[in-house]
Amino acid sequence: MKTNSRVEKILAGGGFVVTSECGPPRGADAEVVRRKGELLRGVVDAVNVTDNQTAVVRMSSLSACAILKGMGLEPILQMVCRDRNRIALQSDILGAAALGINNVLCLSGDHQKFGDHPQGKNVYDIDSIQLIQTVCRMRDEGRFLGGEEIKGKPLMFVGAAANPFADPFEIRAARLGKKMRAGCEFIQTQCIYNMERFSRWMEMVCERGFHEKCAVLAGVTPFKTAGMANYMKKNVPGMDVPDEMIARMKGVPKEKQAEEGIKICVETIERLREIPGVRGIHIMAIEWETKVAEIVKAAGLLPRPEIE
Amino acid sequence: MIVGNRKDFKEILEKLGSRRRVLVLGCNECVTVCGVGGEREVGVLSAELRLYWKKEGETFEVREHTLERQCDYEYIDQIRGFADEYDVILSMACGAGVQYVAEAYKTKLVLPAVNTTFLGVTIEQGVWSERCQGCGDCILDMTGGICPIARCSKSLLNGPCGGSSGGKCEIDNETDCAWQLIVDRLKESGQMERYEEILPVKDWRTGREGGPRKRVREDLRL
Repeated sequence: MKTNSRVEKILAGGGFVVTSECGPPRGADAEVVRRKGELLRGVVDAVNVTDNQTAVVRMSSLSACAILKGMGLEPILQMVCRDRNRIALQSDILGAAALGINNVLCLSGDHQKFGDHPQGKNVYDIDSIQLIQTVCRMRDEGRFLGGEEIKGKPLMFVGAAANPFADPFEIRAARLGKKMRAGCEFIQTQCIYNMERFSRWMEMVCERGFHEKCAVLAGVTPFKTAGMANYMKKNVPGMDVPDEMIARMKGVPKEKQAEEGIKICVETIERLREIPGVRGIHIMAIEWETKVAEIVKAAGLLPRPEIE
Repeated sequence: MIVGNRKDFKEILEKLGSRRRVLVLGCNECVTVCGVGGEREVGVLSAELRLYWKKEGETFEVREHTLERQCDYEYIDQIRGFADEYDVILSMACGAGVQYVAEAYKTKLVLPAVNTTFLGVTIEQGVWSERCQGCGDCILDMTGGICPIARCSKSLLNGPCGGSSGGKCEIDNETDCAWQLIVDRLKESGQMERYEEILPVKDWRTGREGGPRKRVREDLRL
């Protein structure tokens, strides 16, 4: 075992991992984080904390992770390359490790154009694959990117994201391979609605054996309404929502749509568990953390394993 | 070439304030090619100023002059004989030209009439596109001749990100995804194995991050 990560331990034991996420608030109220964290206690193995997602300013991921850690939960620190250069990224990795955070998810980050400060300048000193390399180097070689020795290695379990629905499709498995070679140990995917395309991608990943070194956790997001499904299809870059999925949501009366969304999500999880190579599920219930327990329970994924 | 846009007439007027003796100074290089600050555009802006002030019943003097270049002192020096007759030099060159004119005429007010935008190419008549950010350490051999630093919205050296869709960038569907272009080019030229390589962290010191740059070629110095 390289780290104290709960995710690493479950995967090493051959278990099926369940993660979810907590979006920090747009303010300084720690209670919001605690409330969201409480909803996930005992329901998932680890909780991703998003890093100014969609480029909207929120409480820092690292702070929210520390709050969750203090509650006894297992946070996954999301880090985007958009806002920090190599100095700040490495500094935050050290800080996270010092706070007992065991997992990091290395991401490029949404372009600031989408957020509440489109006037801002982005950084992109290094990219997500290079961030994976950087964290692994810090942990395994005890060296900073600049070559200097680290006193007290940050023991982080290193993950990244993959989007099988983005283009060009043909390099999407190869891209995961690059992340794996960079040192990435787990992947959380973009929300899966198009099962056919995800299965094809997963086949390509397994053919090349990437799944053996890098555990794939399949991402799901329940629809609250038919309108949300439609919005995601039309407005969220790299999202693939098949028409029949939208038709199914539209086919039920408005007051029943949330229930239908949960049902679709649970069915999706059941199908994903059958796909070879899938090692876990990542539930992104966007501002709907109240439903995660229900989804995990309905999908037959409770109780979660006890880990030392 | 260096591509720019002319500033709005209203902004130029505001910057001029109460000054009415204006030397509008064009440049025969890049800004001429991209139709923003050459002899023709000097003529257009000067005509706009004259027309406006005439209508306002003002007294003014607008002189048109276009230099071979505003980035070489020998050309800038050519206006020394009459520059002093004007309250302001309104430069239509790129930012380098404006600054060099200001350096040469220290007591004069030199104002920019152009926003300098990027290093790019002419796609078709009236359309230009960014190609280079002058990072000082060219990697085009690694990326199929397409620069991800200048053309990927996130300057990803190991793209594409998860926002690439139908060949377009996540920022808008007018912008090509540079990494889609790179993959297409690698495929066309039989170099797909290149995609498997992880490009290392870049040393940005050769770029603007290393501080303002200066180049000295001893072999060319007099």
